[in-house]
Amino acid sequence: MIEEVRGALDEALKKVAGVVTLDELRVVDSEVLGKRGALAQAKTKLGALAIDDRKTIGQAINEAMGVVSEAVEVRRSALAHDEVNARIVGERIDLTEVLGRPTRGHPHLVTQAWDRLEDVFMGLGFQIAEGPEVETDFYNFEALNMPRSHPARSGFDTLFTDYRQVIANAGDESADADHESSVLLRTHTSPVQIRVMQSVEPPIYMIMPGRVFRRDTPDATHMPVFHQIEGLVIDRNITMAHLAGTISAFTKAFFGGDFTSRLRPNYFPFTEPSAEFDIQRPDGTWIELGGCGMVHPNVLRAGGLDPEEWSGFAFGFGIDRMARERHGIDDIRDMYSNDIRFIEQF
Amino acid sequence: MRIVLSWLNDLVAVGDDAPALAAALTQLGMQVEHITHVGSTVDGVITARVLRTERHPDAAKVHRVWVDAGDGVERHVWCGAFNMQADDIIPLATPGTTMPDGRVIEPRPILSIESQGMLCSAHELGLGDDHSGILIMAPGTPLGLPYGEALGLQSEVVFDIDLTRNRPDCWGHLGVARDLGARLALPAPQLAQPLSPAGVERTATVDLVDGERCPRFTTLVLSGIQVGSSPEWMGRRLRAAGMRPINNVVDVSNYVMLELNQPNHAYDLDTLGGGGFRIRLARPNETIITLDGVERPVSPDDLLICDANDAPIGIGGVMGGLHSEISDATTAVALEIAYFEQTAMTRTMNRLGLRSEASGRFERGVDTHGMEMAQARFVELLRETCPDLVVHAGAVDARDSALPAQVRPVEVRVSQVNRILGTTLDAAQITALISPIGFDVVSAEANVLTVNVPSWRPDSSGEIDVVEEVARHFGYDNLGELVPNSTMHGRLSAYQQRRRALRQVLLGLGLSEAITDSFLSDAALRDTGLADDAIHITNPLIADEDVLRPSMRAGLLKAVAFNESHRRFGLSFFEIGHVYPPGDRSTELPPEYEGLAIAMAGRDAVSAMAVWRELVASMGLGARVDQSAVPPGMHPTRSATLSLGRDVVGAIGEIHPSVLEAFGVAERVAWLELDLTRLLSAEPKIAQWKATSRYPSSDVDLAFVVADTVPAEKLDKAIRQAAGGLLVDLSLFDVYRGAGAVDGSRSLAYRLRLQAADHTLTDTEVAAVRAKIVTVTGKLGAQLRS
Repeated sequence: MIEEVRGALDEALKKVAGVVTLDELRVVDSEVLGKRGALAQAKTKLGALAIDDRKTIGQAINEAMGVVSEAVEVRRSALAHDEVNARIVGERIDLTEVLGRPTRGHPHLVTQAWDRLEDVFMGLGFQIAEGPEVETDFYNFEALNMPRSHPARSGFDTLFTDYRQVIANAGDESADADHESSVLLRTHTSPVQIRVMQSVEPPIYMIMPGRVFRRDTPDATHMPVFHQIEGLVIDRNITMAHLAGTISAFTKAFFGGDFTSRLRPNYFPFTEPSAEFDIQRPDGTWIELGGCGMVHPNVLRAGGLDPEEWSGFAFGFGIDRMARERHGIDDIRDMYSNDIRFIEQF
Repeated sequence: MRIVLSWLNDLVAVGDDAPALAAALTQLGMQVEHITHVGSTVDGVITARVLRTERHPDAAKVHRVWVDAGDGVERHVWCGAFNMQADDIIPLATPGTTMPDGRVIEPRPILSIESQGMLCSAHELGLGDDHSGILIMAPGTPLGLPYGEALGLQSEVVFDIDLTRNRPDCWGHLGVARDLGARLALPAPQLAQPLSPAGVERTATVDLVDGERCPRFTTLVLSGIQVGSSPEWMGRRLRAAGMRPINNVVDVSNYVMLELNQPNHAYDLDTLGGGGFRIRLARPNETIITLDGVERPVSPDDLLICDANDAPIGIGGVMGGLHSEISDATTAVALEIAYFEQTAMTRTMNRLGLRSEASGRFERGVDTHGMEMAQARFVELLRETCPDLVVHAGAVDARDSALPAQVRPVEVRVSQVNRILGTTLDAAQITALISPIGFDVVSAEANVLTVNVPSWRPDSSGEIDVVEEVARHFGYDNLGELVPNSTMHGRLSAYQQRRRALRQVLLGLGLSEAITDSFLSDAALRDTGLADDAIHITNPLIADEDVLRPSMRAGLLKAVAFNESHRRFGLSFFEIGHVYPPGDRSTELPPEYEGLAIAMAGRDAVSAMAVWRELVASMGLGARVDQSAVPPGMHPTRSATLSLGRDVVGAIGEIHPSVLEAFGVAERVAWLELDLTRLLSAEPKIAQWKATSRYPSSDVDLAFVVADTVPAEKLDKAIRQAAGGLLVDLSLFDVYRGAGAVDGSRSLAYRLRLQAADHTLTDTEVAAVRAKIVTVTGKLGAQLRS
């Protein structure tokens, strides 16, 4: 009997060792360890044996089943390992075989510069105001202390609309109010200054980015439609030193710590004293950036503020220009070509 | 403005360090754009004598010239000018010479015959505008000399200054000298001594009819004049300043204008009708022949200068008449120096399109009280060439009450100066800064200065104007730098934050950002299929492009077509920008909002819906998709209006094939357009936390056959409603038309995931939900497929 058990054990181990797939192993497993297996069958014969034999043989069968069961597990684990290995080997990919890629969109360069400027000024404690692109003569000129005779107020530089256009000769005071209601495309973002002053109580620390329009023929450095950013600070005891300090802080935050700025006198109707601000690159060369100055008392009044109580400064420059400087773009027209070959570069 | 350094030095001894002076001028607000050296010798150009000339049969535009540069060597040059003959002395640019315009002279052959240099015109040597022929020098000029030495040339340093509108006084050298001298702490400019008339009384009468347009008109009679040429130094300076010398009288007139910013005119007294002037507005239908020989109609808004017989001889401040010029025979002149009211004079100038050195100066503003000094300077200068000049008594100074006062007092608070500039200046320091430029401080009581603003500074009229003068002369660089402590919190508004987030979502979806034109033509507007009642620009730069865009559609379709033309297909663009929809024109400003437009080439309406769905999910946007209302210009069976209540807030779907054709777009274009001003202003609900269930979920798949006329959205809603709170996810996973589905209907297959928060769902519960859905959808005519 014991030989029978040994034989069954050898047979079972041989079968297990001969298995090459997990599926085969599953079949073999039930064959050798299941109810119909030789060892299980041997067990059924125990009852016919003498008590002592029954014990010894029973023990031998149990041990044999234990050995087979362990062999099955060892085989299962080896086969599983082989199968994973085989799959992994079969799955090899050359990672440099790139077939297309997920497309990402590209933000416009103007947006990129716009956002960067906003971020820098937010860090300096500024909020952001926006206004309409189609404006009245009052907000675009009159409230900004630009006299009727100012050349910018003529149809030569400014685009007027048929929404309402009233032309009155300078000096014809009865027609002045009508004239100021003429609707035009704003030539700068400065009208937003007036709208902010009229709607917000000082202190005001605001920047005003936006699209502006000039009656200019497009060339490498000019577009009839471009973008400006305007800054306005109105508070108690704001002086020209604060203007210089703000321009300097902006310069370092936006361009880098090794850039410096300077103010030099200039003329704008809406500020006095007025200045041009230049940025000096680390190599000593200058960039003429924009205009600035102390808000003119007439402009404060137009905004509904008392110039004896409040003082402030304003500054403005081109956003498109920032993008051109940063990316070395020769011709501003390329920025507005919507040519994907341009857009994809940034 | 061209400012000549030697001229400045005549007025104030500013020195010769041109770069340092340019820097000082820039710091004063007179930005020096270039420093040029006019009339300097060009190295390599030497004097030579013409030996002979000869035409070449095959060269029509040039001829051959042989010259001798004093070394006895015959040199051959080709020359395009024919104004020289044998023995003329001419300037020869030898090979290797770099000309003022940067050109390098090379022995360039014509018809295989080399040219050993180039003969030069005055213009080519930077000696003036004359490029009509080669510069012929005086006979007997030594040969082989540098031409500058031969001509006795002196070079002039010229500053090209970009003057601001508030400094009309700097259109004269005196204004620049005064400012620069003050900055350099130099003595005040030396001016001409006042006149003491010596001659018998001789008057050029003045009848000031319309004085409010010409508040001051002065005349002075001078005789003993001999018309001839000006001294060399004067001609040189005029040329350096950009004017051509003509004769001694005209040159002095121009010189005085360029020095004192005081335009003036010398009339030949013998040809001046009636020997005097009458200043009046033009009559209807009157014309005048101006000195350029053009007969011009003038209007009753134009001011005429007439002779005493009322015949027009000039347009006030703008241009003289044809016969007002002096001639070689002139011996006596009436010198007129006047002040014309700026605004009206500018209107005339613009109407007639006549801009001259004089009219430009009147437009910007001249010294209303500088006439006496200008007369004295005129006499002083003319006397250099007319030693017998007689200044007659009987000068006329006609004034109108409209003439601004010579002295305009302005009160300036010391506290205000310091409040604006952040300085700690006292009254004495302020006085020291502004008196050298003619701002006389006449009293300083209780820290309020009374400042007399000089008559040559018409721009300066209020306290803040004087504050600016203080700042300029104190030096902007000396004001210091302080960073204000903003009491605001630097941040984006909720709208601005959402707009940035929106942009990031779109970029993540693979759309690139375009910025397209704000203007389009009427034809393009028609092509878009949109309503044509847009706002127009009345004075467009390009006559056709006069429509303010009511939508970004034209711009984006052009962008798609452009890129297709470069074989770039399947591109997706978005634009965020202002658009101007038609309105009823009752408001102060036309309607304007910020819009979003998306164009996806090669994609269909389903893609547009997918983007919209993503915006709904990520941005919390919401609007009704109404396919029963097809937006104009869009595909009639593949588009919908997006609406909120009764308001249209967008359009979605595909662009109409005929619109695409009109724009030359080959691919189909999926389109989404939104009113962001409206949609992003709504505060989205902030998502509130819901516990995720720990109990197992059950999935149920349901397929319905439903008529095409029933939007899937309705079925979707009905399912959600019926499933109630147990529904955690619903997705449409298959749409099937064709065999098996009845014509005019389709099969829609949904997968529902049901889950309860507090227990495991029983089969009974799931069956109940299913039954309810079948009932509710049945009302829409949907039949459950088995």
